[in-house]
Formats: sequence, structure tokens, C-alpha cells
Amino acid sequence: MTENEVVLMKGNEAIAHAAIRCGCDGYFGYPITPQSEILETLALEKPWETTGMVVVQAESELASINMVYGGGATGKRVMTSSSSPGVALMQEGITYMAGAEIPGVIVNVQRGGPGLGTIQPSQGDYFQSTRGGGNGDYNVIVLAPASVQEMADFMDLAFQLAFRYRTPAIILSDGIIGQMMEKVVLPPYKPRRTDEEVARECPWAATGRRGRRNNILTSLSLDPGFMERHNEHLQQKYRVIRETEVRYEELLTDDAEYLIVAFGSAARISQKAIELLRHEGVRVGMLRPITLWPFPTPRIAELARRMKGILCAEINSGQMLDDVRLAVEGACPVALHGRMGGMVPTPEEIAAALREKLIKG
Amino acid sequence: MKEELIIAGFGGQGVLSMGKTLAYGALMEGREVTWMPAYGPEQRGGTANVTVIISDQPISSPILSTFDTAIILNQPSLERFQDAIRPGGTLIYDGYGIMQPPTRTDLNIYRIDAMDEAAEMRNVRAFNMLVLGGLLKVRPLVRVEDIIRSLVKTLPERHQHLIPMNEQALLRGMDIIRQEHSA
Repeated sequence: MTENEVVLMKGNEAIAHAAIRCGCDGYFGYPITPQSEILETLALEKPWETTGMVVVQAESELASINMVYGGGATGKRVMTSSSSPGVALMQEGITYMAGAEIPGVIVNVQRGGPGLGTIQPSQGDYFQSTRGGGNGDYNVIVLAPASVQEMADFMDLAFQLAFRYRTPAIILSDGIIGQMMEKVVLPPYKPRRTDEEVARECPWAATGRRGRRNNILTSLSLDPGFMERHNEHLQQKYRVIRETEVRYEELLTDDAEYLIVAFGSAARISQKAIELLRHEGVRVGMLRPITLWPFPTPRIAELARRMKGILCAEINSGQMLDDVRLAVEGACPVALHGRMGGMVPTPEEIAAALREKLIKG
Repeated sequence: MKEELIIAGFGGQGVLSMGKTLAYGALMEGREVTWMPAYGPEQRGGTANVTVIISDQPISSPILSTFDTAIILNQPSLERFQDAIRPGGTLIYDGYGIMQPPTRTDLNIYRIDAMDEAAEMRNVRAFNMLVLGGLLKVRPLVRVEDIIRSLVKTLPERHQHLIPMNEQALLRGMDIIRQEHSA
């Protein structure tokens, strides 16, 4: 592949190529449909022979996330990927990372649940991702790609955010974005950071003591006073993230009377529903949250004041719906169209839901 | 220009790779493309299908419920997708895989006996390229030379020697497709 070449690949393959190119130091993962192409592509590309990136097929998801904990604690750019039930297993490691302020990237290519569920696409892990997912008061940054290009682009972004705020970051994708092929231009190669660069940029990391105080990375303290102060520090960090890192995209909202709020693959399907509705003369636009946490609450609140109604289109039972309702605060009606268990809504279904639940209603 | 197409048949018939070859050919011509497979248990031996969208404009939904064109390679797929083709659309089917022919009268229906032809060529692996050739004859979505360029680009080194055979199959497919019904 030459620089800036347009290629056709799956979202999962794009994640793997982008990881190698953005200077990722290590990948630790365990296969599960529909994301196994990430590990497969890394195995085919053999980045340990080129950039020096380590790729390990771990014995389980628990092992994977704890390898990420360890790698991240040394200031390395490390990641894992899995699908819904596998990411459920990782929640302990993720909350430990949040508590110990260890950066790392987790890619979740979601499938239908609950439990082992199905292997078909779903967005059922919205709550798991945006509410913390593990124990305690914490959040992780959640990016929701809606195209293969964004799968490639969000890899480096996720690492940057994870290290800027010393927090785990999740790329929340699903079986549609992971499995489909689209055109993509991969990011340019960026060298892995040297040990000196890591030591300089991550003074908190366990890089070998060499004349300084110990860097202790742990989520444990037996002193509740200390732990409350640590929690206040985390909450202050989360406030800064909420103020500075909200990302979203708007489509045709200027003249819109109705708004669809949808993320990831549901936003792609909704875009076609908007084409159908606009063709009938319905003035409908879309807001697509790109960061699910932090959520674009202020912008949705602002738009709600001039909308006749808002439809949440999700591939779940209505999870982002809660965040939209909290943003709207009753300013206009909010309805839902959702499918579950691996079933995916069609553009026609979403258009019909908007007509029936908001225009007729 | 925009074409929304489904290819459906048995796992192992080359449904997904036919779609990929078509999509890569369209990419070679600078078009927007999406290729969305049914990646479930279908891929592991049951019915397999892939949605391919080719457009001059950015593509919104990779998930569709109706199509301009359907390539149907077995009976269960005909039953599942026949009614999803838009009126005036195109249906191409393989004569070997279909026992009860399509019943719609508002479609352009074409038959291609690609399985029989592949057997005659003593090369079952030519099957999907015969069908693709048939498609390109009746829906010239991508130039044949760009399909060949896409094969050069995507086939691993060890399969590059198969490209002349594939080209021959594409051209033969264009010859043997027959119109059965006009919308």
C-alpha cells in the first residue's frame, strides 16, 4: 500500500492497520465474532517484524485486559479488542485502569446480547460503555465510528485522548461497521515512541525508578479520606473532558422540524431514512454523537427547543434514549425506534417510526 | 449513478468474493462503494448473501430492504429476496440452482446457466466470474478491464496465474446470459 492510497477493507481490518500505523506498542486479544479480523489482520501483517509492535493472542479476555493494564502502566500505547460478551469480562480490568489512571484503548465490535447472545450487530453495550461498566464512580471516553474511515481515524484519536487524560478509551463499533468493506485512506505511519519519549511524556509511568520516587499505579487504598480526594480528582478530570472533548456531526439541521439522534451504524441507516423522509417533504435532520461519553448534551438541548420532535434510532432497547431525554428536559417529544438481539432496523422502518410516533402522534 | 444490489446463494459459491471483486472494480473507477456481508452462520455453509452499493455520491445506509438488482443463485434465496427487488428492477438467476423460476412480471429477468457452463469448462471455481460477467452484460456497472485490474490488485501472489481464466469466464458469462422476461 502506498501513502494516501484508497483501499477497500473491512472496518476490523482498518482498526488493525491503523493501530500499526499510529505507533501502537502492543495488542492483546482473544478471538470472538464479529471482530476476529482485527487479530487475524495483525497476525498477517506481523508488525513485530516492522514497527516492533507486540501482538499476543491471550488465553482469555481477562488476561487481555490485564496485559493492557500492565502495558499502559509502563506508558506504552497498548490496546485490546473484543465483542460484547468479551468486553463484559473485561469490566473489572477497565475499572481498575480508571481507578489507577492507566491509559489504554479497548475496541468493542458489538453483537446481540444479553449473555452470549448472537453474533449479529447490536448497540446493546451503550450503557455498559457510557456508565462505566465496572464498579465505582468513573467514566471512560467512548468514540462511536460510523464508517470504515472512522474506524481507521479513531484509533490514533483514542490513544491521544487516553494518554491526555490518563483514562481508558473505548471505540464502540458493531458488527456492521466491523464487517462491512468501504473505501478507506489509512493514516500515515507514525513511529512508536522511544523509551526516552515515554519517560518524558508519561512521568507517572512505571518506567524504572532511576533516581526518582516510586511511581505506584494502583486503584487500591485503605484510607477512605485519600480515596475520596482521589475520586474528587477523577470527577474534576471528567468535568474537563465533558467541557472539551464532546464531538458530534450534524446533518440537515438548519431547516429541520424533526431530529433523529443516532450513532454508529444506526446513524448510517438513519441517514437513508432522512433521504426517504426529505423526499416526502418532511424537514428532518440528524445529530450523530461521535463521543457517546462525553455526550453532546448542550447541543441536543439547544436543538430540542426548535424541534417538533426527536426520534432516537438505536440497535438496542433504547439506551442513548435516556441521555437524549436528560438533554431535552421535556422541551419536545422524544420517541424511540430500536431493534434488539442482532436484528437491524431498515431505513424504511426508521422513517415509518418517525411518521407514526412523532408526526401523527 | 447509484446501484443497490444483492448477491445471494449458498456458502461456497463465491457470493462474497464476487461482490468484493465488483466493489473493488467500482473503487478502481473512483466510485463510492459499500460491501456488507451476512456474516452470520450463513457464511459457514448455509445461504450466503452480500449487499453491494455503488454510487457517485457518498453512501448512507449499508443496510437495505429493497434492491435495484438481485443475483440469485439458489432457491431459498429466490424465495427470500424476490419480493425485495424494486419494480422495473433486474433479477439474474442461475438455471441450475433454481427449480421454480421467478414469478414477478414487473422485473427484467435474466437466466444464466453458469453452473452448467462451469461444469463444461471443468472449472467450478469459474462459476462466480461467469455470473459476474452476465451481470456486467445486462447492468454495465463497471468496465471488464477494471474488474481485471481489481483481481490483479486483490488476488494473492499464488493466485495471480488464475487471472486469464477469470477473464475468460467473465467474457463467457457475457455471452451466455439470456433475457427471459422484460418489465
